[in-house]
Amino acid sequence: MLASLNARALVLSLVLLAVFLGLWEAASPKQQLAGELTEYELLMGGAEPKAAVPPPSDVIAKAWEELSNPFYDAGPNDKGIGIQIGYSLYRVLSGYFLAAAIAIPVGFLIGMSPLMYKALDPFIQVLRPISPLAWMPLALFVIQDSQASAIFVIFICSIWPMLINTAFGVAGVRKDWVNVARTHELGPLKTAWIVILPAAAPTILTGMRISIGIAWLVIVAAEMLVGGTGIGYYVWNEWNNLDLTSVVFSILMIGVVGMLLDTAFAYCARLVQYQE
Amino acid sequence: MSKPFLSLQNLTKRFQAPKGGEALTVFENVNLGIEKGEFVCIIGHSGCGKSTILNILAGLDEPTEGAVIMNGKEVSGPSLDRGIVFQNYSLLPWLSALKNVTFAVQARYKSWSKKQVHDHSMKYLEMVGLAGGAELRKPSQLSGGMRQRVSIARAFAIQPELLLLDEPFGALDALTRGSIQDELIRIWSGSDQTVFMITHDVDEAILLADRILLMTNGPYARVAESVQVDIPRPRERANIIHHSDYYDIRNHLVEFLATRSKALAGKQEEGTPSEPSIVRFGAHGVVSDPKDNRKPATSPVE
Repeated sequence: MLASLNARALVLSLVLLAVFLGLWEAASPKQQLAGELTEYELLMGGAEPKAAVPPPSDVIAKAWEELSNPFYDAGPNDKGIGIQIGYSLYRVLSGYFLAAAIAIPVGFLIGMSPLMYKALDPFIQVLRPISPLAWMPLALFVIQDSQASAIFVIFICSIWPMLINTAFGVAGVRKDWVNVARTHELGPLKTAWIVILPAAAPTILTGMRISIGIAWLVIVAAEMLVGGTGIGYYVWNEWNNLDLTSVVFSILMIGVVGMLLDTAFAYCARLVQYQE
Repeated sequence: MSKPFLSLQNLTKRFQAPKGGEALTVFENVNLGIEKGEFVCIIGHSGCGKSTILNILAGLDEPTEGAVIMNGKEVSGPSLDRGIVFQNYSLLPWLSALKNVTFAVQARYKSWSKKQVHDHSMKYLEMVGLAGGAELRKPSQLSGGMRQRVSIARAFAIQPELLLLDEPFGALDALTRGSIQDELIRIWSGSDQTVFMITHDVDEAILLADRILLMTNGPYARVAESVQVDIPRPRERANIIHHSDYYDIRNHLVEFLATRSKALAGKQEEGTPSEPSIVRFGAHGVVSDPKDNRKPATSPVE
């Protein structure tokens, strides 16, 4: 029954996709033939068709072209999609893991110590709602490097969900399990390693999954600002080139990469999941 | 008089009342001695502080006044010398049954090799009937009875000087309870383990215990009586009910729970002896502790 449900869902998805693409294709205005031009258009030279969102057939052709050679590098403004995504992933992952390296230990501290929780809470509450891009000017001024500033923006936006979820998960470890550690005379490090970390791991992983999603959202905007390389810059550059086909294609690529990142973290989350 | 292995001295627990109110005294001046190798059960209504006493013995809780002395040393904080089995099993759900035991054995015997730890753990898991693959399952894949078996195996495997059981069979059905009781008594008789166990089940207490402590209702609860169970071991569920003392003891316990636990409840006046009166059944009927100057324990209750 499950297999048949999956199969039916797949068929339905494909049908929806086909209908959507068909409607989109039909709605895209066709290029007019020269013979049908109005007198005004003839006077104006007639050659300039009205710019429009490209039909899916163009996007698919573009995707094929780009994906068959994703890693070419023909100068600063003409790099393959693979290279652009590679730059974005590099920034996202370095900022993200930097954030994890700080958020998880600090989250442990906050979760285990009510004093630290109360002391740090006001800072977290003020810093958390700041849009990551608002840090950009300050980052550019202090760091003096647009690459590093983009990484910093990713760092600052991915730290909060991880920090809060780690603290929440650690503070919520069942007292019974902590008592098991106490009655077996486990030291603080062993307690953290044998009991608290595995107990809080599903909550921590949820925080990490939320963070990677936010980081991927933010990197596009950040790269539009800092420029140079990356998928966000690519979108903006193609917009400036008025190449809407490439814009639509890169939007789709952003979605696909985001989905892959999320799937990877969902898989990790399943590994640490336990059933009570 | 030689010092008992474990002694509770003037143990009192009060909970601070919210602002200004009077503190709640759960129990007061509990004095007890438990000998090495003894199996002691404690019975009382909910809220009389049985679990608090057990947690204080475990070192997880602290008394407001008084002290617990084990082996001549005061108990402060949890220790591997005191193993605990909780009603809710307290297994770590992300570890297999075997790992739940090995981490404890490893903590107890730090110098042992991996193989020693494994073999020792398996020995105890086999004792409770968990082997042949079941030991590799996670607790969520085991039945309640199996989980409690793992918990018991873990507690025995660290070979503590004192084993504390907090209603270990409370959540199990009667059949499972019976078979685990048998296993418990078998493992216990093969060791010189001292056991302190909370139970609500009168029959369970008679089957297992050398001595049954009876607590009055809280607040100001105290251990009012200590009933000696002299039915010879090995005891079996099927035969024990035919022993001449069985129903005398049973009736005494039930009567205590039904009426005397309430009648004897409340704050005691100064100077009342704080040691429980000793009740013993045998050929000569009821023998009350001679130093007990109150009414005999079995006199009708008004």
